[in-house]
Amino acid sequence: MSNQTIMKNVTSAPEFRLLVIAISVFVLMSVLSPDRFLSSQNLTSMAFQFPEFAILALAMTLAMMTGGIDLSVVGIANLSAVVAAVILTTFTDPAMPAAQSALWLTLAVVAALCVGALAGVTNGALIAFFGLPPILATVGSGLVFTGFAIAMTGGSAVMGFPGTVALIGNAQIFGLPVPLILFAILAVVLHLILTRTAFGLRVTMYGANPLAALYAAVDINRMLLKVYVIAGMFSSVAGLIIMSRANSAKADYGSSYLLLAVLIAVLGGVNPYGGYGRVIGVVLAVLSMQFLSSGLNMLQVSNFARELIWGALLIFVMVINTQALASLRDGFGKTVK
Amino acid sequence: MSSERDAAFIDLRAITKRYAGVTALQDVDFTVQPGEAVCLAGENGSGKSTLIKIISGVEPATEGTIRIAGQEHAVLNPRISAAAGVMVIFQDFSLFPNLSVAENIAFATQLSTRERFFKPAATRQIARKALDRIGVEIDLDARVETLPVAQKQLVAICRALASEAQLIIMDEPTTALTEKEVRRLQGIIRMLKEEGVAVIFVSHKLAEVLDVSEKVVVLRNGKKVAEGPASEFNTQSLTYHMTGRDVPDVTPRTRRADAETLMHVNGLSKAGSFEDINFELKSGEVMGITGLLGCGRTSVAKALFGLVAPDRGTITLAGQTVPTGDPQAASRARIGYVPEDRLTEGLFLSQSILRNVAIGRLDAHTSGGFLNMNGLLAEATEWLQRLKVKAPDVQAPVQSLSGGNQQRVALARWLSRAPRVLILNGPSVGVDVGSKADIHDIIRDLASQGIGIILISDDLPELLATCHRILVMRDGRITDTLEGGTVTEEELAHRLAS
Repeated sequence: MSNQTIMKNVTSAPEFRLLVIAISVFVLMSVLSPDRFLSSQNLTSMAFQFPEFAILALAMTLAMMTGGIDLSVVGIANLSAVVAAVILTTFTDPAMPAAQSALWLTLAVVAALCVGALAGVTNGALIAFFGLPPILATVGSGLVFTGFAIAMTGGSAVMGFPGTVALIGNAQIFGLPVPLILFAILAVVLHLILTRTAFGLRVTMYGANPLAALYAAVDINRMLLKVYVIAGMFSSVAGLIIMSRANSAKADYGSSYLLLAVLIAVLGGVNPYGGYGRVIGVVLAVLSMQFLSSGLNMLQVSNFARELIWGALLIFVMVINTQALASLRDGFGKTVK
Repeated sequence: MSSERDAAFIDLRAITKRYAGVTALQDVDFTVQPGEAVCLAGENGSGKSTLIKIISGVEPATEGTIRIAGQEHAVLNPRISAAAGVMVIFQDFSLFPNLSVAENIAFATQLSTRERFFKPAATRQIARKALDRIGVEIDLDARVETLPVAQKQLVAICRALASEAQLIIMDEPTTALTEKEVRRLQGIIRMLKEEGVAVIFVSHKLAEVLDVSEKVVVLRNGKKVAEGPASEFNTQSLTYHMTGRDVPDVTPRTRRADAETLMHVNGLSKAGSFEDINFELKSGEVMGITGLLGCGRTSVAKALFGLVAPDRGTITLAGQTVPTGDPQAASRARIGYVPEDRLTEGLFLSQSILRNVAIGRLDAHTSGGFLNMNGLLAEATEWLQRLKVKAPDVQAPVQSLSGGNQQRVALARWLSRAPRVLILNGPSVGVDVGSKADIHDIIRDLASQGIGIILISDDLPELLATCHRILVMRDGRITDTLEGGTVTEEELAHRLAS
């Protein structure tokens, strides 16, 4: 491959478009509001804000790679957080020594991850063994998970945690926010899963053609179960970060994150019909969305207008991607004899 | 010549069609007179479907002029074409299985009258008239899904007639018909021609319709390579024109007499699909299963690979029972299945050639949770070389390959798993002649290495060239077992369709 063709491959990749978008939004916001957008205070606050929905977007990405979707991610996040919060408020009190409360925190985290895994098993079983369409299965299960969380809390926020809980959402290690570090780890893990493991390759191939996967003797049921378990556990991590940052847990936190997670995955170039998606694209999409969101905030655009902008952006990106996909298909019409 | 052209119902001149850089049709002239039957012959990919799409207005021609009934159409769409009397009967007939015979026949007519309400009496009248025209008797109230194939075809013909068809285009009309049904179809075609209705048969097997046709047009690689009165063609000359070369007679290699039995299939049955299938497969044997479309041959193949769960019966491989209805169990027992439809069942089209081969070997190349990419690449590359796949780059999507090379990629996936039994369903469908001969060579090679091969096909020369034994199926049962090398093509064709 010559340097030119490498350049051409790089610039024609959908991820390159995203890089351009991310930089453009960053520059645009810097120009519109230079002293506030570029302030170190704003940059730090952005780094604390995005990991929670970015991790949900990673979960969404994995489900979308199979041609499915997980609309229960926010429900799982809140249920996990509520379970952790109930454990913490029941067994600890703010006066407890740090070492002891850290032990309970660990236990609460493990419990939250188990909730995520169990929720994932439920979704996976509904989709793999009962053959429900993922969109309906997860809409339904999401309501059930939220319902459990409401039943456990009576609908009000659970609060009164020991100080150690703040470590997850508000602390910094070597100047990097802990949520950002968690997001980076999960992004790398997902990237490795998708590109370097048998499971990841099967996910991509199944997404590209489920029927051919069946004919290739792929264990589809086990694969789908794993996909939704991983998505569920990622959601739990997001739930724990939200809990720590809000210093409370509630059944209906982060309700706008669902649309955002779908939007980021699609913006990140993940094919909603399955078979294509790269973590780097999702990361770039997350950054674009955060820049846009912070910028709109500073320009004092109302929250309602922001949702409108997101919705319009989602449709716009899908139209662009579908067109790009169609022209890609035409290009492959040429056969090699 | 010009007066003949003036009278023509369809008159295409210098039609060229390009898709994204690929020329599907080049400079093709094509005429059909009223009341004339034309055979349009060609292999898969020769451009015959494209030509039909242009006549029926589904695809616009890139260059050239189209005249229908003397009128030139610069823009043609399916509505204009249908209004001019061009009706296409696709291989699957495009009927509504849940509606009655009468509703199916009258549907298009009633749509065109812009009637807002459904009128049962008028519907029956239209249907009755069309059935009477071709002199057949079918229960008007029967649901179409309950009819046998031959009657569905008649319903489709009647639907075309009810819509005032001047030209009926029939795609592969005889692949699912028995000899008797073919003769009845021929009678109906003669009747239609007398009424001035023209017919185009599109097929790669034309022997059956040759004697009711006036003219034969042969396409190859998008060009018209032969045209003439039907009386001047026979099966051999058609094959010659379609393929551009004589296909040499090849016979299966002799197999070792002392080969041990590999696979036992005992009483395999599934209600509505197949009944009491019994056979033994020896190692190194190529066994063909053939029969008309819908005879159950594909269902049997799927059942052997666990994709269809049989109601009864057992499969044993080298003395061990293979659980039925479980593709993974079949695959673990080292049974491989290369499906009929490469594009939807066999391959992951958008994925790389490498991945399409590697999907079967992922677990074997995993250590410590991670894939050994170099190992996968080396193994896949080796198989692609052994099967002589012409691919510029193993990372290219498999859809960039030609049909023959795609089929070899599908084969490579299973061969890399060292199968004991390999089931090939229509391995040379949609493959050019050269690749076809190569695939037959590969099949013979694999058998001589001791793999048991089950070849499902309705391509008689293919069966004769590769199989040691041929099972003939009809209505879900095995009706004949023929020894390869002794049976002739005519005899096999007769057993198939009698």
